[in-house]
Amino acid sequence: MSLMHQSQVSRQPTDTGRVMAWLLLSTLPGIATLTWHFGLGVLSNVLLAGAFGIGLEALVLRLRRRTVRPVLADNSALVTGVLLGASLPPGTSLWLILVGMVAAIVVAKQLYGGLGQNPFNPAMVGYALLLISFPAAMTQWAAPHGLLSPDGLSLGELLTRVTGMSSDMNTGPGVDAWSGATPLDAFKHKPDALLASEFWASNPLPDGTQAAWRNVALAWLAGGALLLYKRLIGWQIPLSMLTAMGVLAGFLYAVDPSHHGSPAFHWLSGAAMFGAFFIATDPVSAATSRKGKLYYGAGIGVLVMLIREAGAYPDAVAFAVLLMNFTVPFIDYYTQPRTQGHTRPNRGIKVTRLDDEEAS
Amino acid sequence: MARAFDFPGGIHPPARKVASTQHRIATAALPRRVILPLGQHAGQPAEPCVEVGQRVDTGTRVAKAQGLISADVHASITGEVVAIGSYPVPHPAGREETCIVIEGDGIRDDWALLPSLDWRSADHATLHARLEASGVVGLGGAGFPTQVKARVRERNAIDTLIVNAAECEPYISADDMTLREHAADVLEGARLIAKLSGAQRIIIGIEDDKPEAIRALERGIAAGQAQTLPISLKPFPARYPSGGEKQLIKRLLDREVPSRGLPADIGVLCHNPGTLLAALQAVRDGRPLVSRVITLAGEALARPGNVEARLGTPMNELLATAGLDEDRLARLIMGGPMMGMELSRLDLPVVKASNCLIAATLDELPPPPAEQPCIRCGACEDACPAGLLPQQLYWFARSREHDKAELFNLFDCIECGACSFVCPSHIPLVDYYRAAKSEIRAHAFEARKAEHAKHRFEFRQARIEREAAEKEARRQARAQAAKRPTSMAANSTTSAAESTAQAQPATADADLKSLRIAQAAAKAAVRKAEKVLARVSQSTSHNGQPQGQSDGEIEDLEVQLATARENLAAIEARLAAAKDAAAGTTQAPTPPSRSADTDQERTP
Repeated sequence: MSLMHQSQVSRQPTDTGRVMAWLLLSTLPGIATLTWHFGLGVLSNVLLAGAFGIGLEALVLRLRRRTVRPVLADNSALVTGVLLGASLPPGTSLWLILVGMVAAIVVAKQLYGGLGQNPFNPAMVGYALLLISFPAAMTQWAAPHGLLSPDGLSLGELLTRVTGMSSDMNTGPGVDAWSGATPLDAFKHKPDALLASEFWASNPLPDGTQAAWRNVALAWLAGGALLLYKRLIGWQIPLSMLTAMGVLAGFLYAVDPSHHGSPAFHWLSGAAMFGAFFIATDPVSAATSRKGKLYYGAGIGVLVMLIREAGAYPDAVAFAVLLMNFTVPFIDYYTQPRTQGHTRPNRGIKVTRLDDEEAS
Repeated sequence: MARAFDFPGGIHPPARKVASTQHRIATAALPRRVILPLGQHAGQPAEPCVEVGQRVDTGTRVAKAQGLISADVHASITGEVVAIGSYPVPHPAGREETCIVIEGDGIRDDWALLPSLDWRSADHATLHARLEASGVVGLGGAGFPTQVKARVRERNAIDTLIVNAAECEPYISADDMTLREHAADVLEGARLIAKLSGAQRIIIGIEDDKPEAIRALERGIAAGQAQTLPISLKPFPARYPSGGEKQLIKRLLDREVPSRGLPADIGVLCHNPGTLLAALQAVRDGRPLVSRVITLAGEALARPGNVEARLGTPMNELLATAGLDEDRLARLIMGGPMMGMELSRLDLPVVKASNCLIAATLDELPPPPAEQPCIRCGACEDACPAGLLPQQLYWFARSREHDKAELFNLFDCIECGACSFVCPSHIPLVDYYRAAKSEIRAHAFEARKAEHAKHRFEFRQARIEREAAEKEARRQARAQAAKRPTSMAANSTTSAAESTAQAQPATADADLKSLRIAQAAAKAAVRKAEKVLARVSQSTSHNGQPQGQSDGEIEDLEVQLATARENLAAIEARLAAAKDAAAGTTQAPTPPSRSADTDQERTP
């Protein structure tokens, strides 16, 4: 029956809505750092995606004839929006964000039955769809002009871009500001003849790009530390994912430092930190047992490195997470903990005769 | 102090025990009217053995145990039986059960005590009979008959008796107060049960938030130093559910009760202090179980505390004495807030399993917020003391994938409620598990229904056969008795009689031999049926299943046991007849008497 509940007696966040609220709070350092380096386009992404998230969720709930208000109060649609918004290139067009959020909220989440029922991480479904459908727009990362620098986009220019008023992205205002690529992207497409040291010496990216990305990654790490401290996520997935990445990157770097990035480069240049603490840890689509989470995180880490090194995409967190989402039921069946009173854990889905002993 | 091992998970709910431990155990006023349900224990309800209008003294047996797993019920006041009928009893679904109602004048209290026994010199059979005749059952809440548990050594070798004084659920302090005031008697009761079970040592497991009880136990142990049996006291930090039997054993001995097994399988027996005290009082003082210590707690009470109340006392009388403010009462709970049951009315009787009554206000235990979807956050997994995956069990229970739920060890769930306590989505997880369990049980029951019908038919056949065999035996005995004098008078002159008497021993010998073999087989069958029944009933009552929720399995096993006993009785009757016939040819006939043993065995 359990007539007592932790929420009556504890100061830990014990309510889904409050869990999500703490999650949003933990994204603030990352979003603030992104904004500081990449300008207001980050905020427009996050705000638009968040608003679309809530709006679409409400719309679908109404269509499904469910109560709207208590479901919205769990803040999960807002979280999905914020996470997707934070992973898009700054100043992404309204329409792209809408397409991404429809894929995330309507298709990946509500059509599967709403919160808790989705097998795939909604934000990453939206991101992957956009990345495949609009590769040009999705790889246009702003140079880190900084929030207050005159080189950055003005508010007016931002509005024009976001509302999609400019007919062509590449000829619109401030086009020079959008020539950037991410460090991972640049390094991936480095000419084979060039050694890593020569490549970086040639200053392939606008000033401060690497530092900006490192700062952003560290800010996500700080937010992740808050999540860990509040026990909103377990340590298993981030640790195993980052360790797997580090081990693989370290091995490749040790073999051939001229053509492979160091572990630090892989950890701090892309979405690795963001993915490890905010995406892969989504409990709904992740493996469920503690042991399963270790396998799940390690699988993501390995896939990220495989795709980065051998695949077509420079950053690979979204695909790695989605691929591992597929394996979750399998992992869950094979990583059950040992129940008290049993000599070993159950594995797989074979059905055993449980009362053999009594029958004899 | 002693090193404590550990079980996984666990939670730290607020204890809220201070209010009820400020005063000594009070004795509740003698009620004028008591309602005694016949099913206050695990197993079959007892059968009334008094009639309406009969005068009874306190301690008179009013209902007799039925079958192997059952317990007697005794009058808890002096007065007159005024009714035997259906009354509401404490039950999660608000069920009615057959009860015996006794009315007295609220003053007279004449006791019908049994003779006092010295447990050190009395033999096991006497002590078992005494426990059985006293209606002692587990007072921690499960209500398993103590007498059946005491006979555990017939099936398992026991090395350790654990006194479960953890009392980990919030609010409840009945054991704590019992230990503060009766530590020496509880220890004595533990020695008694240890003797019966053959345990070589006694370990007391207690949470360290009960310093006074610990001091009382230390004094009691020091005073009893001369005793041969080693008693060790092991306090450990409070963490719910360390009082769960399996968790306590893990924590104290680092042994795990096997899945679907019993503590006895790993040589351990657990008893709670109240039960041990009741067992000692039954033996030493000849006092049947007619009262118990019950915690009255909750903020709707002006004077919370522990009282010793007569069984059958209406709860509202106790609550009124404790200063109940009905306007502030939001919910009444019997047992603890984690595993107890919410009661829908105030006038229910106190039963043997009532260890605590919580009269909670709305602020104190507010109704749970609306259930939200599970996000598989895993908080429940961290809290589960059985090492289960509650989130997965929830999904399987919800989608009725019972085979998968069983594969994920649903039946190892002890229903402690730790998962519900931490769930951020406020899902009443235990309710889902209970529903799934009962569905699985009901399904199994449906599948076995034909088998059960067969068992009932076999029982009827066996009874008819036994009656026929007894009749035949009586007839033969009469014939023998009639024949004897004439043959004596004839003084063996007729050669015909001589020749039959000559021929008879040969066939009679063969008959006797085969009957003896059949008797041994029938005895083995009875023992086996007893064993199975004891195991099943004990494990269901241990799994926190509320009483009266049996799925017919126990009933069926009782039928099987009764069948085996009928068969045994029939064979014994035939054997006795054959023996008489054999003896009749050579010497004076012995009157056909069934042994007292057989008589007892045939209790339907």
